[in-house]
Amino acid sequence: MSGRMIWSEVRDLRDGVDLGTPPRDGEPVTLRIDGIDTTVPAGSSVLLAATAAGATVPKLCATDTLECFGSCRVCLVEIEGRRGYPASCTTPVEAGMDVRTQSEQLTKLRRGVVELYLSDYPADDIVGGWSEFHTTLAQVGLADGLPEGHVYRDAEHHHHDGVLDESNPYFLFDQAKCIVCSRCVRACEEIQGTFALTIDGRGFSSKVSPSQAESFLSSECVSCGACVQACPSDALIEKRLFPEGYHRADSRQA
Amino acid sequence: MSTRIFVPGDAMSLALGADDVAVAITAEATSRGRDVTLVRNGSHGLFWLEPMIEIDVRGTRYAYGPVTADDVASLFDAGALEGADHPLALGRTSEIPALASQTRLTFQRVGVVDPRSLDDFMMHGGYAGLRRALEVGAEQILTDVETSGLRGRGGAAFPTGIKWRTVANAPATPKYVVANADEGDSGTFSDRMVMEGDPFGLIEGMTIAGFAVGASHGVVYIRSEYPQAIDAMRHAVAAAQESGWLGAGIGGFRFDFDVEIRVGAGAYICGEETSMLESIEGKRGMVRPKPPLPAIEGLYGKPTVVNNVVTIASVPYIAAQGGEAYAAHGLGRSRGTLPVQLAGNIARGGVVEVPFGITLRELVEGWGGGTRSGRPFRTAQVGGPLGAYLADHQLDTPLDYEAIAAAGGLLGHGGIVVFDDTVDMAHMASFAMAFCAAESCGKCTPCRIGSTRGVELVENLRIGRRREESHAQLLELCEVLEQGSLCALGGLTPMPVRSAMTLFPEDFGLAAGSAR
Repeated sequence: MSGRMIWSEVRDLRDGVDLGTPPRDGEPVTLRIDGIDTTVPAGSSVLLAATAAGATVPKLCATDTLECFGSCRVCLVEIEGRRGYPASCTTPVEAGMDVRTQSEQLTKLRRGVVELYLSDYPADDIVGGWSEFHTTLAQVGLADGLPEGHVYRDAEHHHHDGVLDESNPYFLFDQAKCIVCSRCVRACEEIQGTFALTIDGRGFSSKVSPSQAESFLSSECVSCGACVQACPSDALIEKRLFPEGYHRADSRQA
Repeated sequence: MSTRIFVPGDAMSLALGADDVAVAITAEATSRGRDVTLVRNGSHGLFWLEPMIEIDVRGTRYAYGPVTADDVASLFDAGALEGADHPLALGRTSEIPALASQTRLTFQRVGVVDPRSLDDFMMHGGYAGLRRALEVGAEQILTDVETSGLRGRGGAAFPTGIKWRTVANAPATPKYVVANADEGDSGTFSDRMVMEGDPFGLIEGMTIAGFAVGASHGVVYIRSEYPQAIDAMRHAVAAAQESGWLGAGIGGFRFDFDVEIRVGAGAYICGEETSMLESIEGKRGMVRPKPPLPAIEGLYGKPTVVNNVVTIASVPYIAAQGGEAYAAHGLGRSRGTLPVQLAGNIARGGVVEVPFGITLRELVEGWGGGTRSGRPFRTAQVGGPLGAYLADHQLDTPLDYEAIAAAGGLLGHGGIVVFDDTVDMAHMASFAMAFCAAESCGKCTPCRIGSTRGVELVENLRIGRRREESHAQLLELCEVLEQGSLCALGGLTPMPVRSAMTLFPEDFGLAAGSAR
């Protein structure tokens, strides 16, 4: 193949599939994904190439409308000749790369990471959920949540009694279901250019914060909805879906 | 004639009462009508002797220590101003065995010079490296740094020459030099001592780096917990600017370079190079994914040399003497010297600059003199809070990046923290996880949630709650942290935890050999 590949405007490529990172224009680069030669524009991520090649790589913080971030650590892959398990979303393609998206160790690591998410996600909101988070759970074999008897089920620290912000007339934010992927923060910056959201605190205390720890309504938020669109775990969700009002499941009342 | 008396003004000596000693000396001299000039130098690094004062007797320095304010009168009585004997007398500074036995290349001026005086710096070989650099040219300096074998002293041990060459070859401009002075590892203090004791040496090293790679702007990022170092660096930068050693046309050459001091806000993670760059740009200190490497896209997206303070402070020697002089010291791929920092339960703590290749036992038992408590040695944590615990049988490992890695540890920034037989290693494992939890930037999931789960799991082991399941889960968590984290904080936290469990399973209520 020769000639510059113009992908950035060709949204049809997606065909309903999230490519993981924004498509780029560039010279063709051929790499190998799970044994299959795949050609994508230079500047693409390994995650995008894998998706284009038909592989299913679980992911949470990555989506093709936002620049890559590399925080969720679910899209890890193996690359021949490289140490460790790089995140496919933040790794640019190189000609001749030999990528494996599935292996015993990758399955173990992805599952281990998702178990950590589940250790801080309301148990009653797992079965029957329809968000991207729930899709990822199914992809790593944890659709039913943490197995019976798992030590993390007794985890002492959690955010089940975190902020429930219903100040905005159109959507609400339930911190208990937030996985701190920063997709809302990035959507606010990259798509809307409003910079109303940030992450406050650090480590386990990190939390989505409108402006400087204000409510959504009193912050600089313009109710554009980009954050709600971007949220993979239903932590930011339209109020219309709850005509009777939003209630947290009893099991996670503090 | 005025007698010069050196009373260290670095953070460690101040903590031990050096200011009181200085006040007492001034008062005593005034009341006796003696003319003395106080010089607030950096510490030589012999902490058990601090505050160690020195008297300049016709060009020879005589040391006394540890001195308290109460000792000052008796020192005057005994004739210490003439170098006379006294119960606290240590003889000539240059002949103190713990100092004379070191190989001080990076620390050649630390403790020796007046950190406030550019003239004193120049009289002790200052700017010899930059002068030669300007004469021989950037290409030769890049070659010298490559030949020297110098590797990053912040902990990652990446070859400095390769990093500099990458920045020099990067087409984008402008380029930057960033000195990482966010020395957050517990039990480490060599960066602080360089800045407090020889601030012009760091500026010289940065200027040489800028010249070699084609950068005209440098930043020193100093942790806010180092007020004396911040003050010393600010003073030195201003003095260098005033005298033309920073700014436009340095040394009469067509080379511009300036240095800016930036102060952190208390986050350990800002010592990770990409978080530091974010912080300097005025953003939240969060780790960036690599690639791109900072050498290609660093500060403001431009090619940037990010080096630890000790790395950069080693450059003036290399630039002045040539790469081979530095490479003549060392072992294997670990060339030159390392300022090792001895801390914790140790009789003679402080900094010991030695060539690579001597054993950890020589450091802990020789220079360090064993435990301070006098009780049996149990373990030492090497390489900071993310380094492994090593047991007595591992102390014969040579000081060498590869040898220590082969022993299951890491050399890191060269800190060694010693513990006696009263230490509870389950507590230390818990601390390792708690440290990660407290300092995690919160970006990647293994570190953000995993560190808190780690604290809970170690606590389960300590109190015997679901011990077997918790132990199995902890081992799995360590794997996720090590292999799944975005940066070295999450990636290395398993190292102290696993080594503690492997070496001392009894502290965790585990059977021997069960930790793997």
